[in-house]
Amino acid sequence: MKSIRLKTACAVLAGIAIGMSAALPAGAVTPKHGGILKFVVPAEPPSFDAHRETTFALIHPLRPFYSLLIRVNPDNPSSTTDFVCDVCEGPVPKPTDGGKTYTFKIRKDVKFHNGDHLFAQDVVATYQKIISPPAGVVSARKAYYVMVDSVTAPDHFTVVFKLKYPSGAFIPALAVPFNFLYQKSQLDQDMHWYEKNINGSGAFRFKDREAGAVIRGVRNPDYFVKGRPYLDGFDAIFAKKESLRVQAIRGDRAAIEFRGFPPKSRDDLVKALGKDITVETSDWNCVLLTTINHKRKPFDDVRVRRALTLAIDRWGGSQYLSKIAIVKTVGGIVFPGHALAANKKELQEIAGYWPDLKKSRAEARKLLKEAGVDLSKTYYFNNRAVDQPYKIVGTWLIDQWKQVGLKFEQHVFPTGPFYDVLRQKKEYDVSADFNCQSIVNPLVDVSKFLSDDRSGSQYGQWQDREVDALFDKMNQSADPKEQRKLMREMEKLTLDTHANGFITLWWNRIIPHRSYVKGWKISPSHYLNQSLDNVWLDK
Amino acid sequence: MYRYILKRLLLVIPTLFGAALLVFTLLRLIPGDICVLRMAGTGGYFDEAAIQTCRVEMGTDLPVVGQFFSFIWGLLRFDFGVSMWTGQPIISEVALRFELSLQVAIMATIVAILVAVPLGTISAVKQNTWIDYLVRCISIAGIAIPSFWLGIMIILGLLLTSQHLFGTPWMPPITYRPIWEDPLYNLSMLIWPAVATGYRYSAVATRMTRSAMLEVLREDYVRTARAKGLWEKLIIRRHALKNAMLPVITVIGIEFAFLIGGLVVTEQVFNLNGLGKLFVESVVNNDYTMTQALVMLVVMVFIFVNFLVDICYAWLDPRIRYS
Repeated sequence: MKSIRLKTACAVLAGIAIGMSAALPAGAVTPKHGGILKFVVPAEPPSFDAHRETTFALIHPLRPFYSLLIRVNPDNPSSTTDFVCDVCEGPVPKPTDGGKTYTFKIRKDVKFHNGDHLFAQDVVATYQKIISPPAGVVSARKAYYVMVDSVTAPDHFTVVFKLKYPSGAFIPALAVPFNFLYQKSQLDQDMHWYEKNINGSGAFRFKDREAGAVIRGVRNPDYFVKGRPYLDGFDAIFAKKESLRVQAIRGDRAAIEFRGFPPKSRDDLVKALGKDITVETSDWNCVLLTTINHKRKPFDDVRVRRALTLAIDRWGGSQYLSKIAIVKTVGGIVFPGHALAANKKELQEIAGYWPDLKKSRAEARKLLKEAGVDLSKTYYFNNRAVDQPYKIVGTWLIDQWKQVGLKFEQHVFPTGPFYDVLRQKKEYDVSADFNCQSIVNPLVDVSKFLSDDRSGSQYGQWQDREVDALFDKMNQSADPKEQRKLMREMEKLTLDTHANGFITLWWNRIIPHRSYVKGWKISPSHYLNQSLDNVWLDK
Repeated sequence: MYRYILKRLLLVIPTLFGAALLVFTLLRLIPGDICVLRMAGTGGYFDEAAIQTCRVEMGTDLPVVGQFFSFIWGLLRFDFGVSMWTGQPIISEVALRFELSLQVAIMATIVAILVAVPLGTISAVKQNTWIDYLVRCISIAGIAIPSFWLGIMIILGLLLTSQHLFGTPWMPPITYRPIWEDPLYNLSMLIWPAVATGYRYSAVATRMTRSAMLEVLREDYVRTARAKGLWEKLIIRRHALKNAMLPVITVIGIEFAFLIGGLVVTEQVFNLNGLGKLFVESVVNNDYTMTQALVMLVVMVFIFVNFLVDICYAWLDPRIRYS
């Protein structure tokens, strides 16, 4: 009898083991606990307050200390629409009230690092600071939430967002990685407290900081996801020079850099370290644009602007530039991986994307002649003194325009003076420009192409009410099909019919890291998937 | 002697004021806006009103004259204010990095003195022999090779050699630990930048030692000493070298002051969190308060080192003391 019981128990256990192993993906290994992840960060955050800053230099060292309401799925970060709850419970809620009300249930086991529980009131205080900051408090992205009417907490564990109108941009905007959850009592005492202090509810607790050198974090034993994080801690080491960051990975002073390296550095590391290096690549939600100064002759003429974009061989450029620079994908105004983005066929109907380059350049020459452009003159191209990808793409652009007889001189400045020319002095004919967003949220991201009295980041000095109207209509539509149709119309007007500005190539993110770093998956943005709670070291 | 020192001290006041005026004016002439850089510099979306709030917070919306007097008033009280970029007190940001920069400067100076004085002296004594040619070649190469390039080569050399010898590449640490906490770790990090900068530094000092020695060795008192039958080593050490040291000390002083805050590229090559790196970042970030404070700090270091050099002059050469 005893032996039958024993055999039955063994059979049940074996069954469970087989079932569990079948449930794990092929090749999956059990994460190991322990170790310190060392990674390099190219810059240092100006302050610790994520609501006011816009740089990835804040996200990389500080995101592991904080939780968000919702986040990009860390197991599927390459998806542009897969969001999961972070401190909320269950799946991301569907809207009610005709798409105007979102109700989030907050987990009951979330604690701040100072030991206090996180309540719905903390979430509300955080979003109120972001959406309607008091006078004297900077909130960089409050315009993301123009659709929000109110944020309230009917009880300790429920947060309700009421919108003015249904909007497809709302959920992605909530998942912006800068929306660190702060404690209401701290904010009530001092709205600026989080600029110099850290008190989050994330997977890691702040250990120490050496200004200009390193920020260290240690494992949070009270983290609300049981068994996580796997790491004992991390060291975020600030290293400005790219060559140093590459060598640091080679010499194992750091295991990874989360922003991205150019192809040459990837090749050098692979050559030197072989199987000890793993390379991950992704399309990047950053795009190099060309802003045309609509107030300068002859660029006030739509024919000249169309000629500029028609001269560019994007399909060819994608192939050869991607070997030397961090650009690759040909795309329109929407991030290429997103459902709202144009497909290849749609793109090829837009000026500058035609499959026949000869025809495109012949049209450009014809337009320049019609517009009576003085081809003996040299025009002013403003560029940023950063190699990747600005100077490389800038030099390529000048060569492309030369093919249709237009001469440009490239003026390269450090970021401060570059923006001074672009935003303040406006002393340029054409300028390099860029649009680099965290979460992929096309309905908001394309606001750069609105009239300059609607968009603070449009520097070409144009007003296009047709485009503005399409944008508004698109943002107030809850129907994805209609959004896509409106987006195509906006894209065609912006890039072709009115040729207000244009896209060169979308960036390509290349992350070569030490092969012992496991659990981290590349995303389309260097701002995303940086909580590090699922990262472990296979050492 | 005291009058001489007092005169030198009084000269410090107009020098500091002139430097303050110059740095304040030049910084305002550099195009760019710290708030635009902070909000728009990453290419992401930002709120236009946030830039105006930031300007009010930074004080860059105030009249320039007001900003200048506030800067001078702060200087008079040794209060440099807070960094516009990080919001942290400048004095603490600088203090943190000064220790590292000072250690590198001292180590590079030791390397330079240990190399330059013997090599320069031998080169002068053995003028136009193969030893002289060799020393001149080494010192000219030292002047021609930029320290940061040498730094990059050192790191690459270490990576390649260690991988070849031990199978795993090794490079110096990229985070700092003070020498009293972990001497081995500290030296394994700082010896390389000290060698990279010390080589150029020693090249300059070697050439100066050689030319000064050649001049002194032709002086009448050296000939007299030889005529008296003094031992050659004694003539060189006691009579020639001491007098030849005046211009060498000047060079060493200037180079030492330069190393505090002047290693703008070399510090980045080795990821040293020193004053040079801070300097570059503050200029790039349009952080006026930090740049002003750092320039004033470097001016003070230069004044202090020059003052010490002047005193050394007076100690080495009685003619200066008594004039």
